[in-house]
Amino acid sequence: MSQWRQTILTVLMLLSSLAPSLSAKTYWVDPSGAFSSIRAALAHATDGDTLHVAPGIYREGAITIDKSIHVIGHNLPQIDGEGTYQIITVVADSVHIEGLHLMNVGVSFTQDNAAIKCDAVEGCVIENNTISNGFFGIYLAKSANCVVKNNQIKGEAVREVNSGNGIHLWYCKNILIEGNTVRQHRDGIYFEFVEHGTVRNNLSEKNLRYGLHFMFSHHCRYEQNQFQQNGAGVAVMYTQDVHMVNNRFQKNWGAASFGLLLKDIRDSEITQNHFVENTVGIYAEACDRVVVSENRFEQNGWAIKLMANSMDNTFRRNNFLVNTFDVATNSRQNFNTFEGNYWSTYRGYDLDQDDVGDVPFRPVRLFSLIVEKQPPALILLRSSFIGLLDIAERVFPVLTPETLIDPSPAMMPVTVE
Amino acid sequence: MKTIIKVIKYEFHDIFRSKWLIAYLLFFLMVTDTLFRFGGGGNRVILSLMNLVIFVIPLISILFGTMYLYHSQEFIKLLLSHPIHRRSLFAGMYLGLAIPLSLSFWLGVSIPFAYHDDGSNLMALGMLLMSGVFLTLIFTALAFLTAAILSDKTKGFGVAILVWLFFVVIYDGLILLTVFIFADYPLEQPLIILSLFNPIDLARILMLLSLDISALMGYTGAVFNKFLGSTWGMALSIFCLALWSILPYIAASRQFQDEDF
Amino acid sequence: MIGIVNLNKKFGKLHVLKDVSVQIERGCVSAIVGPNGSGKTTLIKSILGLVKPSSGQIFVNGIQINGDCAYRQQIGYMPQVAQFPENLTVREILHLVKDLRGNPTDLNETLFDQLGLEKELDKRMRTLSGGTRQKVSATLAFLFNPKILILDEPTAGLDPVSSSILKDQIQQEKAKGKTVILTSHIMSEIEELSDNIIFLLEGTVRFEGAIKTLIAGTNQQNLERTIAHIMMQGVA
Repeated sequence: MSQWRQTILTVLMLLSSLAPSLSAKTYWVDPSGAFSSIRAALAHATDGDTLHVAPGIYREGAITIDKSIHVIGHNLPQIDGEGTYQIITVVADSVHIEGLHLMNVGVSFTQDNAAIKCDAVEGCVIENNTISNGFFGIYLAKSANCVVKNNQIKGEAVREVNSGNGIHLWYCKNILIEGNTVRQHRDGIYFEFVEHGTVRNNLSEKNLRYGLHFMFSHHCRYEQNQFQQNGAGVAVMYTQDVHMVNNRFQKNWGAASFGLLLKDIRDSEITQNHFVENTVGIYAEACDRVVVSENRFEQNGWAIKLMANSMDNTFRRNNFLVNTFDVATNSRQNFNTFEGNYWSTYRGYDLDQDDVGDVPFRPVRLFSLIVEKQPPALILLRSSFIGLLDIAERVFPVLTPETLIDPSPAMMPVTVE
Repeated sequence: MKTIIKVIKYEFHDIFRSKWLIAYLLFFLMVTDTLFRFGGGGNRVILSLMNLVIFVIPLISILFGTMYLYHSQEFIKLLLSHPIHRRSLFAGMYLGLAIPLSLSFWLGVSIPFAYHDDGSNLMALGMLLMSGVFLTLIFTALAFLTAAILSDKTKGFGVAILVWLFFVVIYDGLILLTVFIFADYPLEQPLIILSLFNPIDLARILMLLSLDISALMGYTGAVFNKFLGSTWGMALSIFCLALWSILPYIAASRQFQDEDF
Repeated sequence: MIGIVNLNKKFGKLHVLKDVSVQIERGCVSAIVGPNGSGKTTLIKSILGLVKPSSGQIFVNGIQINGDCAYRQQIGYMPQVAQFPENLTVREILHLVKDLRGNPTDLNETLFDQLGLEKELDKRMRTLSGGTRQKVSATLAFLFNPKILILDEPTAGLDPVSSSILKDQIQQEKAKGKTVILTSHIMSEIEELSDNIIFLLEGTVRFEGAIKTLIAGTNQQNLERTIAHIMMQGVA
């Protein structure tokens, strides 16, 4: 440590001890300084104070922040949970934690240990931290008006049963999750009973289960995030008023993997997202009044799997490009609307030159039903024989839903600003 | 070897002079270019071409091949009275037809891709080009085999079309039937093995591996996943396609050895 | 020069050549005669390897032919019906055959010159008349100075002038010591050109030997009557 900083520290210490009534004091934590641990500084600090943490390795077990302070790490000081502890527990409001490198959280089957856990607090900010080998990364419970921003969270999860989530919210309100990167946890971002949350510009990838997983979390907004190569993609359930805009769902491959799985989602909008190279782009079950518009579905196995218990959903102005199957369903009934989409498999014509195909498009292929009944038949994909079957079915629909048609297919891909 | 090249040279001479080869080239040029102009990008074009490749190339190759061998009777008779090995003559004729056919297909598809270049899936394009060439080789060989066995032209063309129909449609219909009849049995392995016996299925699967991997990965069966989701499946498919190009050719060449002119 | 031993050929049920054994001598003109369908062309094509015998052996210069092709270097062949790739020109055909024969320099272009093929050089084969095709075919047979000439109905379809040019050429080649095998329906022509005769009837050799011997043996005045006589006997 430089000499001048030592001097400043000493001066600050003197100041703090001489004038305890002055607000907003600043403490320096340094392995070789007067406060060699965060705990020690914390014991002296009061609400509104700032703790600067110098680079170094800190092994202090479980730290509980019970004062409204500001913790600032310089050059990512390493706070080591030694594989045993929950590292920081925040129980005071308006705590600000930034610039720390939190590592090796204790794995437990009974407790959800996290690198940083905020428990029933308000107005906390957690930003620019790096978390490695967290069991849970950042865990917010019963909290409100918090911000989780620009954190790098990388787990070492190998099996679902003994791994935790990257960013985990439970019973929270008005939370902003922005610019974080989450890798290799169980779920990347997990919401349960969260309202008015905003998830923006995050990257969630290579998580064991879901990149984003939420339940009972109404009035939330998800925009400009990227969810890719997650074991099971993204799954959202039992929620209404969800806004998903301009996200990218990519390369979620597997028998039980979905770009976006919607279960019991109501009155929501999914717009301008990219679904690229997923086994299933959107899987919708028991969803009502969801508007899916201006999305781009490209090279997915199934762009949309729409279960018959979904009603009054609208698929409008989407681009379906080179998917193996555009739409699959499990019934001859259909209570949803498709209109003005662009289908790259559409072979109709446009004699009146209004850029809308003159022949309606049937996006459900007979072969998708065959594969649903007899999965091994998948090996016949794109066979000429299957092509003939599909054509016959399109001309005389016997098995595919008669009403699932796009009456106004676009002739050219829909442009989205 | 020298004689083979001489024969190929004269075949080229003859084939390039006739208009149907140009028509074949123009066909692929126009289809590919038109597909690009319809919009949807290179990957959509590749998909449409794939349907075309597994349908049209076998048909054209087997018809042209059969026709060519019948049409070349005079050429064969002329050459065989000179010091030339039947095997060399046959090889020369085969390559002399298969090479221009493959080349027409290659150019017809590649040229529009070159000037419409939009960063399409190069892997898929490669597979398409390779599969097309394999199918050309295989169905030209099957055509030569048909024409060598049947000296009667009408019968020969009839059988050629039947062979094409069998591989392109009937075979897959039978597979689908099998799938439904034996629905209660583990079918993955038998289906893969069945596919190996149809070159069109092999070419198709090869292209699926680069075009529809997202869907294929949705399949739960371990055998499929092992076969479809790895380079092993690709290698086996290519190997079998190679066998498919060689075996009918050898059979046809043998048949040609014993023929009377 | 050419030895044929117990040659059999069946086309399906049809037994075309039955145990044919023939010796064809060097430096002689041997004519194969017989009625239509007696197996003349099949026998010739067997020697050329165009037809694969069902059984039996064929020796050319003492070497058995067995799928080998080098011996054909010594043979010039003129088929009964001249068949050529229709799209090629005369020039291209000549070029092709020369190329296949390894582009020898020692060429006999007599027939080419005398039959007036110069002006046909750049015409496609399909535009040529049957006679002109025969001329091309004859030219090709003699072009490479082969030791053996096999001519199947060489004068059929040729006009009298061309026919006599061709016959003169055959005589000349014979004078050079070439072995010639020919077939013809015109007995006077055979009598004029040939030393020996092989008489085929229904796939079997009825007579093989010098023409003189044959005629003398039957007490007829010429070859035509002799052959007729034998055939009548066969019927009786």
